[in-house]
Amino acid sequence: MTLLEVRDINVWFDLPEGNQLHAVQGVSFDLDPGERMGLVGESGCGKTTTILAVMGLLPANAQLAGEVRLDGENILEGGEDTVRPHRWKDISMIFQGAMNALNPVKTVGTQIVEPMELHGVAEGNAAKLAAGELLELVGIPARAAARYPHEFSGGMRQRAAIAMALACQPKILLADEPTTALDVMVQAQILELLVGLAQDLGLALILVTHDLPVVAQVCERASVMYAGKIIEIGPMDELFHNPRHPYTRLLFAATPDLYGDEEVLSIPGTPPRLDRDIVGCPFQPRCDSAFDRCSVELPELKSVGVGHEAACHLNDLVEATAGRGGEGGLG
Amino acid sequence: MSQDLPAQAATAPPEGEGAGDAPDEPAKPSPLLEVRDLHTTYPIRRGMIGAIRRRPHQWVSAVDGVSFSLDRGEMVALVGESGCGKTSTAQTMLRMVDSKSGSILVNGQDITKLEHKEMRPLRKSIQMIYQDPYESLDPRFRVGQAIEEPMLIHHVEGNDEKRHEIVVGAMVRAGLTPPELYIDRYPHELSGGQRQRAAIAASLVLDPELLVADEPVSMLDVSVRAGILTLLDGLRRTGKMGIVMITHDLSTAAHFADRIAVMYLGRIVEQGPAKQVVRNPQHPYTKALLSVVPKRDPRDRSVPQILQGETPNPVNIPPGCRFHPRCPVAEARCQTIDPQLHVVTSDEPEHEAACILV
Repeated sequence: MTLLEVRDINVWFDLPEGNQLHAVQGVSFDLDPGERMGLVGESGCGKTTTILAVMGLLPANAQLAGEVRLDGENILEGGEDTVRPHRWKDISMIFQGAMNALNPVKTVGTQIVEPMELHGVAEGNAAKLAAGELLELVGIPARAAARYPHEFSGGMRQRAAIAMALACQPKILLADEPTTALDVMVQAQILELLVGLAQDLGLALILVTHDLPVVAQVCERASVMYAGKIIEIGPMDELFHNPRHPYTRLLFAATPDLYGDEEVLSIPGTPPRLDRDIVGCPFQPRCDSAFDRCSVELPELKSVGVGHEAACHLNDLVEATAGRGGEGGLG
Repeated sequence: MSQDLPAQAATAPPEGEGAGDAPDEPAKPSPLLEVRDLHTTYPIRRGMIGAIRRRPHQWVSAVDGVSFSLDRGEMVALVGESGCGKTSTAQTMLRMVDSKSGSILVNGQDITKLEHKEMRPLRKSIQMIYQDPYESLDPRFRVGQAIEEPMLIHHVEGNDEKRHEIVVGAMVRAGLTPPELYIDRYPHELSGGQRQRAAIAASLVLDPELLVADEPVSMLDVSVRAGILTLLDGLRRTGKMGIVMITHDLSTAAHFADRIAVMYLGRIVEQGPAKQVVRNPQHPYTKALLSVVPKRDPRDRSVPQILQGETPNPVNIPPGCRFHPRCPVAEARCQTIDPQLHVVTSDEPEHEAACILV
């Protein structure tokens, strides 16, 4: 059974000028137990807003529509009352920069015990013992529970933040740019840890990042977001070797590869403003393959393969479906 | 002294064009930049108790014997993890901090010996591009003003019209085109990429010979990074400018730099032509570092060689080879012998590594 079903999530932010910004526009995806999915896109594409919506943690000026079904139950139905029992216990999150947001005046152990006691997972000595075990699980000696965040290095603080997110034994972990501020070697350590946790604990992981190579190495599949929408979703291997949306292809082409010799190309232009209505495909002004239809009609996500969907009119052109994918210039 | 410096700065660009072949002097022309055995240390605060107890001052060796050179038209990348000394090396090159020993020769002149007043005319020819274009541009200045500002600070000759011409020229070179569209805008009206282009334009108006770019794209979105890097690449390919790029991103360095110098704890542990260093790494640290760089292709899941722990504190640099406590192939003698850079491959005389095992 699907663990998490996100259906047609829309988020609007009220702006001070009285208008609204449509940050997330009909996002849907499924997540199975133990699965690792990437949510990738440039800044402002709505990836963080999407997972905050799943957590029920949107700010007060946001309006939300859509369903988040956890084991079949729509947890958004009753607002905060129906989300709260699941937040941290079933769905947990590592915020961007969490490693720098630890409480400096409390020991790391105390900070892991707190959510456990708050949610009635464990108390007193049992909680302390569990905190030590969690620290060991993320690669920190249990005795370090008595230490303060400033005594930890960056990598250890990120590990502690992961331990905190795991305090209530969640089934789903949402990680927002968990390695962005870290060095490559520490990044490799943290990614190895996250993959290990997903495999050993059966934890489902959503990795939110702008870094395609990280997703390519960690996740089985990914959703690519642009201007508030998922424009392509599919197995990682398909996205790289057979991209069916020009944005996915261009995003890979803009990412230098260690051993790649091909030219690295930027994508001209900027993403559209989301406080105005967009006519046609939101990527059309920056697309290198746009044609007449793209400026008038919004493409819908359509199946283009097994577990692979893309929102691009090119996929409707028969000759394009035969030729495009393979010669995306990425091979 | 201070009089002949501006003259030198003025004559430098034409000299640069013929840099490939020796000009007047029979001797080899001095490279644009030559850093020799550079050492930079920072004092550690002792604190009140330490001062009362007269504890000895402690020093962090941020840069501990770094040597490299750069010619006009070249781009060299200093890569390494945080704390490896790459930014300290750059700051010493710009005299933002003073070196303890060693020399930094710019066009053959040692700038470490200059008084700050004497440095001033030279600062025109050494420009820096910072990581964060949101911070390096004054929010109250229009783009045109921000780009003109360095000329006013350095009292560049010429009237308003001449300066306007230079500003427009720099904007075109930095890819802010058409200039009239951007010249009167404020930084907040620009995207991140455009802001970094404005910062680059501001560094170009003084016609620098040496550009130091400290993580120039790490704050920018993936889709615009390539544009900024291609811009820098084009600037140095005119042959008049040399670029030192500081980055933690090995993929970027491999793509855009001619040479890569890998730093670890204040030392260059391996350096050579970029492709050589990336495809045929010799130092165990370089090998490990390259192995953990995530690859774009999901099929390319080679097993990363993850080193445990993090870079040690530069206050207590390990004896012998500074990498030996984390090195997967260290031998007993690595604990005592401090390895020096030496040529490691027979076919490439410029490829050096500091490891006694290679």
